[in-house]
Amino acid sequence: MPVKPSFSSEIVNLLYSAETNPVQSCIQCGTCSSTCPVADFMDHSPRNIIALIRADLRKPVLSSNAFWYCASCYQCTVRCPAGIDIAGMMYGLKRYSMWRNHIRRGTIGADFSRRFARMILKNGKSFEPALATPYLFHYGLRTFLYDARNALALFMKGRLPLFPKRLKRSARFRGVLNRIIPMGRVA
Amino acid sequence: MKAYSYYPGCSLEKMAASYHVSTMEVAQRLGVELKELEDWNCCGATAYFHVDELLAHTLSARNLAIAEKTGLDLVAPCSGCYKNMYFTNAHLKEDPDLAEHINYALQEDDLQFSGSIQVRHLIEVFVRDVGIDEIKKRVSSPLKGLRVAPYYGCQVVRPQKDREDVEHPRFFEDLLSAVGATPTDYPLKLRCCGGSLIVTNRRAALTMVRDLLQNAVDRGAQVIATVCPLCQLNLECYQRHVNREFGTNLSLPILYFTQLLGLAMGIPAKRLGIGTELVAPAFALAR
Ligand code: SF4
Ligand code: SF4
Repeated sequence: MPVKPSFSSEIVNLLYSAETNPVQSCIQCGTCSSTCPVADFMDHSPRNIIALIRADLRKPVLSSNAFWYCASCYQCTVRCPAGIDIAGMMYGLKRYSMWRNHIRRGTIGADFSRRFARMILKNGKSFEPALATPYLFHYGLRTFLYDARNALALFMKGRLPLFPKRLKRSARFRGVLNRIIPMGRVA
Repeated sequence: MKAYSYYPGCSLEKMAASYHVSTMEVAQRLGVELKELEDWNCCGATAYFHVDELLAHTLSARNLAIAEKTGLDLVAPCSGCYKNMYFTNAHLKEDPDLAEHINYALQEDDLQFSGSIQVRHLIEVFVRDVGIDEIKKRVSSPLKGLRVAPYYGCQVVRPQKDREDVEHPRFFEDLLSAVGATPTDYPLKLRCCGGSLIVTNRRAALTMVRDLLQNAVDRGAQVIATVCPLCQLNLECYQRHVNREFGTNLSLPILYFTQLLGLAMGIPAKRLGIGTELVAPAFALAR
């Protein structure tokens, strides 16, 4: 009978995809949490997330908002005495939770990332207005009005892109991506 | 004349056009030729790594392969683009299987990654390749008495790329001193601007922006100098939001380091894209 891998080994394997990341060697010193600029907003600090992974507690990890608060600033990564790339682990958890479609309610991050990915697959370049507009009302009317004022001011200064740019060889660009995505096709 | 491939990145096409024009002006004065990469694509930013690592590396690999055709090192003015392309370059060199897989895909566009060039950040090219002394020689109207907070942000120094100092870098301060400005002490100079959290987790991002602005003001800065379009956008365009959210009264101009260099070299403000800010840099407009 094949043994299903534990959550922690699953996570470790996932993180080994591009580079090694010895999550198991964490000494729980808390350097990552104390150095993280968004730790105060996370329900579980980076150190805690690692402790939960090592205890194979899949549920609290996947239900946590921690990795969606991670801004990928790598401050934790460069300071960890055990050489763990915590920022890389947060990326891994984002991918893992999207893959399992286990997204905490009210999380914009996952939707934002998917939208971004689809845009790049389609156009090859990023188009900022299309990224922010779906969330215009998420933070309420006051914020919307402030954002609209910003957009208008940027427009007046000639800084607001109105049309998405595309690649010259977009068909070939999609051809490249289609060889990486083995099934189905890119938009 | 030193020549490089130049990867402007999506933001510099419009939102951060002032970074692009000031880069071009200053590079020309410094004898650096920047040849824009032909038909480049988005580097994937952070968001693409959230979805799929392999595709994210493929996006960067395509740009690297196009640059390899020119034989010139690839320069990015955006810290995010720089970090992504730097590490894809490094990973693919170390991992032949990954490179083979991606090369199979790149054939569709007649491209090949072979790892023959290096990826550099614009400020690094100015500081290391051109050199502080050489820059000093081009200064015609030094920024005497201007107190500038050197804001490094994250990805230009992190994660560590080769030998650079990730805890106490000094090159930005040296550069500012070279053009006659006074770099202020700026304890939060390596702190994150919040990146895309400004869209996805607004309150957290605004807190980060507030701390960065307040810290610079507390240290007497008249302007923050930045090396990344996303840092510029977050710090500048969301000051009004910060003021409302926290009852502060912040109004601190945020300029690209290339704009400050250009001013010191006597390039007219307008040609450096100055005047397109939401927080007007009065001292610069007066020059
Ligand atoms: S800094 Fe490294 S060793 Fe310390 S708690 Fe964080 S992950 Fe563990
Ligand atoms: S990379 Fe993420 S977890 Fe690490 S310090 Fe930055 S925001 Fe915190």
